[in-house]
Amino acid sequence: MNSLSERKYVIVGVFLLVGLLYIARLFYIQIIDDSYKLDARNQAFRYVTEFPVRSYIYDRNKKLLVYNEAAYDLMVLPKNIKNLDTTDFCNLLGITKDVFIKKMKKAVQSPNSPRKQSVFEKQLSPKDYASIQERLYRFPGFFVQSRTLRKYPQKTAAHMLGYIGEASKEMTIKDPYYNEGDYLGISGIEKTYEKVLRGKKGMRIMMVDVNNREKGSYMNGLYDTVAIPGKPLTTTLDADLQAYAELLMQNKIGSVVAIEPQTGEILALVTSPTYDPNLLVGRDRNKNFAMLLADKEGNPLFNRSTMASYPPGSTFKLVMALIGLNEHVLTPNTRYPCARGYPPLGGHPKCHVHPSPQDLTGAIGTSCNSYFSYVFKSVIDDKKFNDTYKAYANWRDIVLSFRMGTKTGSDLANELNGNVPSIKYYDKVFGKGSWKASTVISLGIGQAEMGVTPLQNANLVTIIANKGWYYTPHIVKAIGGNPNDTLLARFKIKHYTKITDTSVFNSVILGMAKAVEGGTAGALKIEGIPYCAKTGTAQNPHGKDHSVFVAFAPKDNPKIAIGILIENAGFGSTWAGPIARLMMEKYLKGKITRPDLEKRMLEGDLIHKGKAAALKGEKKLSVPNKKNEKQQH
Amino acid sequence: MRNNNTSIFSNIDWITVLLYLVLVIIGWMNIYSAVYNEEHYIITDTTQKYGKQMVWIGAAFLLAIIILIIQEDFYTAFAYFIFGVILVANIAVPFLGREVKGSNSWFRFGEFGIQPAEFMKFATNLALAKFLSNQDIKIAHFKNTAIALLFIGVPLIIIMKLQNETGLAIVFVAFIFMLYREGLSVNFLLLGFLAVVLFLLALLINNIYLFAIISVLCAISTLFVRRNVKNLFLIATVGLIACGMVKGTSYVYEHMEPHQKIRIDVLLGRGVVDLKKEGYNVNQAKIAIGSGGFWGKGYLEGTQTKYNFVPEQDTDFIFCTVGEEWGFVGSSIIIILQLALIIRLIFMAERQRSPFSRIYGYGVASVLFFHLTVNVGMTIGLAPVIGIPLPFFSYGGSSLLSFTILLFIFVKLDSHRLQILR
Repeated sequence: MNSLSERKYVIVGVFLLVGLLYIARLFYIQIIDDSYKLDARNQAFRYVTEFPVRSYIYDRNKKLLVYNEAAYDLMVLPKNIKNLDTTDFCNLLGITKDVFIKKMKKAVQSPNSPRKQSVFEKQLSPKDYASIQERLYRFPGFFVQSRTLRKYPQKTAAHMLGYIGEASKEMTIKDPYYNEGDYLGISGIEKTYEKVLRGKKGMRIMMVDVNNREKGSYMNGLYDTVAIPGKPLTTTLDADLQAYAELLMQNKIGSVVAIEPQTGEILALVTSPTYDPNLLVGRDRNKNFAMLLADKEGNPLFNRSTMASYPPGSTFKLVMALIGLNEHVLTPNTRYPCARGYPPLGGHPKCHVHPSPQDLTGAIGTSCNSYFSYVFKSVIDDKKFNDTYKAYANWRDIVLSFRMGTKTGSDLANELNGNVPSIKYYDKVFGKGSWKASTVISLGIGQAEMGVTPLQNANLVTIIANKGWYYTPHIVKAIGGNPNDTLLARFKIKHYTKITDTSVFNSVILGMAKAVEGGTAGALKIEGIPYCAKTGTAQNPHGKDHSVFVAFAPKDNPKIAIGILIENAGFGSTWAGPIARLMMEKYLKGKITRPDLEKRMLEGDLIHKGKAAALKGEKKLSVPNKKNEKQQH
Repeated sequence: MRNNNTSIFSNIDWITVLLYLVLVIIGWMNIYSAVYNEEHYIITDTTQKYGKQMVWIGAAFLLAIIILIIQEDFYTAFAYFIFGVILVANIAVPFLGREVKGSNSWFRFGEFGIQPAEFMKFATNLALAKFLSNQDIKIAHFKNTAIALLFIGVPLIIIMKLQNETGLAIVFVAFIFMLYREGLSVNFLLLGFLAVVLFLLALLINNIYLFAIISVLCAISTLFVRRNVKNLFLIATVGLIACGMVKGTSYVYEHMEPHQKIRIDVLLGRGVVDLKKEGYNVNQAKIAIGSGGFWGKGYLEGTQTKYNFVPEQDTDFIFCTVGEEWGFVGSSIIIILQLALIIRLIFMAERQRSPFSRIYGYGVASVLFFHLTVNVGMTIGLAPVIGIPLPFFSYGGSSLLSFTILLFIFVKLDSHRLQILR
């Protein structure tokens, strides 16, 4: 028996060995091998995205510009469809069987798949949704996903606000925050302030059982992230002024930009023709988009205020005067002759009839081409430099410091640079060393290759009104009610031009005041408010000249600076001037004292009249010019 | 001096009782977690499995006390009788009971069901102890070995063939450990071991190679023994038996039920295992346990078990809940607790003066060990899927009552270890 009792050790040994083996195996699958943990998560978790509410946008007076309206997408996950009563389902949706089959095909085929949820019916109205929702439980595989649609109660500022669209596949690769089909800002401030407006998506982890039924949130939501709603934007826009400007600009092609000089806040930003931003929302979006795209002449989707480059024309004479004075090649008393043109080059560039010779104030008042050609030549042939290249580079530097021909750095989407020709460019065109002031003389009157955007033009007026400085023009005043948000810090930095002697602005302002008192804008006075202005007529090789007008008011302590350009409208004082005048009066007085002028502007139709003229075989009208226009002499 | 017969609790091995209680209570809590239903969150709710298990636990405690009250010599005296009665019940159940999921092993009484096969274990243990404790019996004799194997084999075949319960039947193999302790020739164990190894190899390796390997091994072994006729004959015999086993394997395998074949294939990783079909159970069990990590997901926080990804998560696969919610730490502790109880039983068996008590004690340890090994083994992919419960853990009255009876008869016997030999 004794020897047999030794066998207990064998038995206990075997038992312990198995125990050890099992614990080792547990150690392997529970601690070393991670794949089971991943499998478990994939099986039992469903990650549900929580979309934050896209925030509202207001104007400077807390007027609502953009809000949201609920819409509902009917979604389908084909693999979950069970025992579908097609007839019943089609009746519920009010679609035919053919439509149903077509839509199902789309949901199953690439890029969709039976295992992927896709939109079956887009943006049901709240009414349709209510009736469908009640009976949807009978159709497993179909469910409703709520969406928000942007709504624009003021129906204005379409280009500035921009629109939102669905994220494409490429977009999701570029920024993994987005999933295909997520909404995001495509243009306007919907794009530039996308991150502020969208907020932050949240993620809920739901547990599901083996039959894919939801079983509550994982760990009571310990690992869930809450959707953080976007912060509302307060824009600098004055909705009333904007609406009034859009109204005045109806049936005209062009742009209006109004800026508050002390702050750089954009008060109005008009591109005409414009469209009701509500058109690009909802089920008819694609149809409307195509319609707007089809208007080749008006091109309403084109944002002229920041994307179109025009020769600055006569308004550039203001800059020439400033540079001349600053470089001491010009004094307010300098007089130059005019012989209906610039005499040294045989009357080119041409000019109109006016008293001659005259001093600087008079030249600004009458917008003398000859005078500023002289100024340009004296700047480029400046003895200080005794070198065309150095003088030109200096001139160009100063021009660029006015943010002309270079992006202002505003928070508006898609700003165009514009153009102030570089030395390299002229070397290429004329050959190195074989060009001089007289070769490019029309730069002095804001023509030639020079191109600026209406926004840059308005910013120029701001700089003159402020006598030498500006804040980067911007459209957002406060983020989430906070005007000191770090995103806005760059709009609080004062920028100065390269005009070192700021007293020179006084002479220019004097000239602009004279233009209103008895010059080119003499007919556009505002009672009780002396203001400064400069008319312009930007020559357009493609057709009738563009009507340009820049102004700021009041003369002292200016509250508003405006730049207006109307394509193919002729003299600045006929169309652009009156509109600027009406806007300034409206903004400063809140009422209009010249209803006759207002009526003329509202009724003026330069698009369709122009068309009629074109049909009569007159001068062909230009298409909106996106590129620089070359001056021909 | 106290009279041993006056108190039923005197001389009781409290370590064993304590281990038993701990395992039963942890088991109950685990069932609660495995089938947790938020609408019926009270653990005593008898409409739920955890509530029912509570009733069974109560019944088991009552039964344990009754067993301790009954005179210890009842078990020796009525060993054969009990064996006979339960054997008859097992034969009768396929004809009188109701079929549940293809199994003919259930007597049903309203809400509750009883599986007589579960009770065959302690009955067989009693009968074997009675037979082997006879002083005239030497197990080494071929005749006695055959009789002992009959005690095991008859219930095994009845349960397997009549009741269609392979899992419950195969448990009787566990008594081999007990027979070994009582003197069963080592050759039987080696032969059994050889059979298992060859069975696995024959399924994994081409039979021709296996024959070659056996021949080479036989040839090599002749170099290490004295080359007389007897030794050469022995080697040749073993070699031939081995070859026969290999040949037999394919025969046995071919005649297995398809689902049994699949379970073996899954275990050995033979062919392509479809994780959605035949490989589903084991894969899900491994995912549940593997995802538990070191500390586990926490009580009631298991997703794989609670949400039914693991099939049979309250009965045969109950260990998955342990692994998922208590992690490596918890599952190791459960294995250690189970082994502690088993080794405690062996320790107790060895201190018996009475061979009957010792043999019975080894039987209990063997059965518990077999259940533990196969049940846990199948959830972690080390044993084929055989539907047998984890002692004290799996949901079900029959198995809990059966383990309680099995264990407490020995606790009773042990409490009288100081008395005369039986």
